[in-house]
Amino acid sequence: MEWEVVIGLEIHAQLATTSKIFSGAAIRYGAAPNTQACAIDLGYPGTLPVLNEAAVRMAVKFGLAVDAQIAPRSVFARKNYFYPDLPKGYQISQFELPVVSGGHLDIDLEDGGHKRVGITRAHLEEDAGKSLHEDFHGLTGIDLNRAGTPLLEIVSEPDMRSAKEAVAYMKKLHALVRYLEICDGNMQEGSFRCDANVSVRPRGATRLGTRCEIKNLNSFRFVERAINFEVERQIDVLESGGQIVQETRLYDSVKDETRTMRSKEEANDYRYFPDPDLLPLMIEPAFISTVRATLPELPDARRARFVSQYGLPDYDAAVLTTTRELADYYEQLVTQAPADAKLAANWVMGELAARLNEENLDITESRVSTAQLAGMLVRISDQTISGKLAKQVFEVLWTEGGEADAIIDRLGLRQITDTGAIEAMIDQILADNPAQLAQYRSGKDKLFGFFVGQAMKLTAGKANPAQLNELLRRKLDAE
Amino acid sequence: MSFTIETVRGIAHLARLAVDEPELEAYTQVLSRSLDLLAQINAADTTGITEMAHPLDVAQRLRPDAVTEPDVREACLAQAPAADAGLFLVPKVIE
Repeated sequence: MEWEVVIGLEIHAQLATTSKIFSGAAIRYGAAPNTQACAIDLGYPGTLPVLNEAAVRMAVKFGLAVDAQIAPRSVFARKNYFYPDLPKGYQISQFELPVVSGGHLDIDLEDGGHKRVGITRAHLEEDAGKSLHEDFHGLTGIDLNRAGTPLLEIVSEPDMRSAKEAVAYMKKLHALVRYLEICDGNMQEGSFRCDANVSVRPRGATRLGTRCEIKNLNSFRFVERAINFEVERQIDVLESGGQIVQETRLYDSVKDETRTMRSKEEANDYRYFPDPDLLPLMIEPAFISTVRATLPELPDARRARFVSQYGLPDYDAAVLTTTRELADYYEQLVTQAPADAKLAANWVMGELAARLNEENLDITESRVSTAQLAGMLVRISDQTISGKLAKQVFEVLWTEGGEADAIIDRLGLRQITDTGAIEAMIDQILADNPAQLAQYRSGKDKLFGFFVGQAMKLTAGKANPAQLNELLRRKLDAE
Repeated sequence: MSFTIETVRGIAHLARLAVDEPELEAYTQVLSRSLDLLAQINAADTTGITEMAHPLDVAQRLRPDAVTEPDVREACLAQAPAADAGLFLVPKVIE
């Protein structure tokens, strides 16, 4: 039987506020345990939560960016469950009336097409603390620094049909929240994490199959691998006559498998109810307007502009706008070396990206500044150096720093563009290789490359290739 | 509308309350009577009336995003039954 895969994602984006969602405690990552947990975060009696305005602002900003409705009135609810890293015995979240609903995000497919993924809702909630299970002689250590950290939970429609599509959606969302500056997107620190709802059904069926939820996937690679594993598992179960049990599963990246975490049969019934400690959140049109005014140019718009303004192919524009920082780097570079925008794109996507990748660096940590790279691009454009020799200049810029002009002089990489000098050299080469010359002239065209090679050898690659080709052709075909 | 004893047992489990059999019987009756009251309220015609999440007719006030709470770890850990290395210690929990 042919199976169709159905995937929906729930993504938790930690909002980039300086204090918690309901208290004035700090949320700096990596602080000593429990030094950022105040009486409100600890659930002490007599405390009351007060909502952080920046968190609301960020949720609205997200809603506007995905073309969603911003609820004029939304309500906080208590999600009740017992776990030691949840000191109040409930998580403050939103249930029936979330702040954002009904948006969408367009993703690129591998075949070059596009797909619109629905965003069901996005709601504000607080994070729980952390449990540490090691090293405490049979006890569990609890760190409540993270308790009360603001999260935006972004829930998609079950619109994705493969692990690749799910990853494309997640990457697009990741880029978006960083463009919006509402989330730092640091997946290792858990600032952006994903739960995947996965089911399969016979192709053509309209009813959804029973789904499993895979929890806490904190890298794009794990999302893809976990979904692929889970799809295989479900198909195996169904094809051997079994039934899928609705349950929560954990992905084990070491064994590359998912396994049961808890089954929904005795699942948590969270007994949601409106939190009496919090009044309804009312969002006025004026508030939405002020947030709208802070929206930056969004990735899709920037990509389209890169095509129209710089004449880049859509592929290049898509790659260069993957992150706001990369797009900023590119635009700064083009401002400094405006002669050839495509050349700049090639270097950023080629040599620079390769070096960053090799050393596992972010574009903001690039060892070559836009000014340094621009200095070199200008010398390629004005033919001082060839693109091939520029790689040597780039290497020095990367490893030692400095300025392109000084490096070109020091390494003697200036292109030979003096027609007289090139001609004299060609005459010499033809005189030194009479046998090859005779063969060429008797029709062995392939030997053209031999003469080019000789010239490049004599000039250590510095002869201007276009000039050399032209002059050489003229001399060889002279008789 | 009424509760079954099984539902009450389930609720007690979710709330982590130890309720013995005779108590379960009693709660089943009492909670069912509460439901009857709610059914009566439910019967009122509320067409066109916005549901109320809170008895006060005011909106949530917002707080500026600033750190105002100092580090109170030592005071809080001192009240915990067990603490070590800056952490609260609790009986082992692993799912």
